[in-house]
Amino acid sequence: MNHWITVRSRQISFRIDRRVPIVLVVLGLITLAIVLLSLGQGEYPISPIDVLKTLLKIETDNADYDFIIHTLRLPRALIAFLVGVGFAISGAILQGITRNPLAAPDIIGINAGASVVAVSFIVLFPSVPGFVLPIAAFAGAFVAAILIYLLAWDGGSSPIRLILIGVGIAAFTNAVISVMLTFGQINSVSQAWIWITGSVYGRSWEHLLPLLPWLIVLIPLALLLSRDLNVLHLGDDVARGVGSRVEWQRVLLLITSVALTGASVATAGTVGFVGLMAPHLARQLVGTAYEGLLPTAALMGGMITVLADLLGRTLFAPTELPCGVITATIGAPYFLYLLYQNRHQ
Amino acid sequence: MNAENSAVTAQALSQRIALTTRKLTLAYDGASVISDLDLAIPAGKITVLVGSNGCGKSTLLRGLARLLKPRHGTVYLDSASIFKLSTKEVAKRLGILPQGPVAPEGLTVRELVAQGRYPHQNWLQQWSKEDEWMVEQALSITDMIELADRSLDTLSGGQRQRAWIAMSLSQNTDILLLDEPTTFLDLAHQIEVLDLLYDLNQTQGRTIVMVLHDLNQACRYADCLVAIAQGQVVAQGEPAQIMTEALVREVFGLESRIIQDPVAGTPLCIPVGRRR
Repeated sequence: MNHWITVRSRQISFRIDRRVPIVLVVLGLITLAIVLLSLGQGEYPISPIDVLKTLLKIETDNADYDFIIHTLRLPRALIAFLVGVGFAISGAILQGITRNPLAAPDIIGINAGASVVAVSFIVLFPSVPGFVLPIAAFAGAFVAAILIYLLAWDGGSSPIRLILIGVGIAAFTNAVISVMLTFGQINSVSQAWIWITGSVYGRSWEHLLPLLPWLIVLIPLALLLSRDLNVLHLGDDVARGVGSRVEWQRVLLLITSVALTGASVATAGTVGFVGLMAPHLARQLVGTAYEGLLPTAALMGGMITVLADLLGRTLFAPTELPCGVITATIGAPYFLYLLYQNRHQ
Repeated sequence: MNAENSAVTAQALSQRIALTTRKLTLAYDGASVISDLDLAIPAGKITVLVGSNGCGKSTLLRGLARLLKPRHGTVYLDSASIFKLSTKEVAKRLGILPQGPVAPEGLTVRELVAQGRYPHQNWLQQWSKEDEWMVEQALSITDMIELADRSLDTLSGGQRQRAWIAMSLSQNTDILLLDEPTTFLDLAHQIEVLDLLYDLNQTQGRTIVMVLHDLNQACRYADCLVAIAQGQVVAQGEPAQIMTEALVREVFGLESRIIQDPVAGTPLCIPVGRRR
């Protein structure tokens, strides 16, 4: 059969859209190219060839390269890539369980939940040590999600209620954030502001390590749940009819999605619109089946964020824009375009 | 109608019973739609539920398919209560096509039909040879092979409905429940879908239970007609035996004449309006 690539052995079998492998390879190569460019960019420019040599531990003329790349720039690029992956998978899952192409962690209030807690800490308790911030943000994302789920519960959770309540929660928490930014100390406000916008500035290996376990557990889990996402996308009745435990699956998927967003937000702040754009672009490339959509969206999200970080550092150099500004600048019009398209179907 | 009666009626039609309800009460938000219902659905036959709008026929179908938890009573699949079996176990034996299902944008027919294999798969075995074969079978029976790689939103209403039926077929269940499979279809497509279901019943012996709006189509295709009014079964049996002017009056509140369908020989209901 030529529509799907089928893999079958005695123990396992699965299928994937035939477009997926080639798309993954191309996206991977583009991302790699952007990373190489990105690692060479900065106050101390390094040519891509030297970047590659340094990465592969081949001797270069300049002994500083190793430090600049491995200690300063590589963790930052990797973090940009990984939070992009996290946001993208999270958004793809949310779009599946809400059956709404406009759902994303930043639209339905999960990012806002993380932000409000993080901003409260930055503005109200500036003396709290830095390591508390990611934990607080992570907790905030979860509290927001639980609140949305409970408020949307009415003898069962319905996708449309999840979205509407989520949008409401987002609006409310954003109002609270505005109040804090208005009345806070100017120094802490500007720090909070950068955090809200989403930035990978100054991220090092110690920021990367706490993110990894989440991704290592949650990404395979999301892939295992892609079959369930496929049937949930057909509606609750159809999903129940083919034997899906709809409420349980939805909760499990929601937790996976929120944990991915939480871990990403905790690392880099709320890099906006990646969770919205990446699944969309991926769907255009490989179709709607989640087995192929999730990995494609993941790479797409990573690529977008790495590119946004590169653009943020080069467009107005030496002034540096947080990568969240770039993703929002592209993402907001994209969101409007999707809204427009949705209306005119 | 009490339990013995309905069981006797069903037994007259067939030796085997596919689904039974006992004192089934179904409710939406407190208001009960079906109350204390005893019903037996014969195996290997086409059973059609008819009744006026809001009489509870769709609710009953959802109850039979365990999509709606009963307030009292239960549904038996063979001899086991459907709520005691795992939902996946039920899904291997009973398929349901709800009314007006909606597919995500861009979903292809083949991808949709493949979703019917869900209850037969697990985390490791996601696409067995049998899965593949069943999907091809379902596409071929519904005559959808040529359209298999088209996306659903590019198809006509009739083709789309055939795609959904193909999904239910790939689930490969002995029992197939369908809620108004002909709504939104023009007459030619309605007959096309009903003929398809009739063939499935005849060639593969599948038990089909469906809600139909059109009384005359119901009479033509049903082995067993179940007339429902106010959440109760008013009559159950072969259309030729139970279709009377009195029944139509009771169920639909409509005066009518019953004549013989010149094509199928089944009862044909001619409504009598107030003016003409």
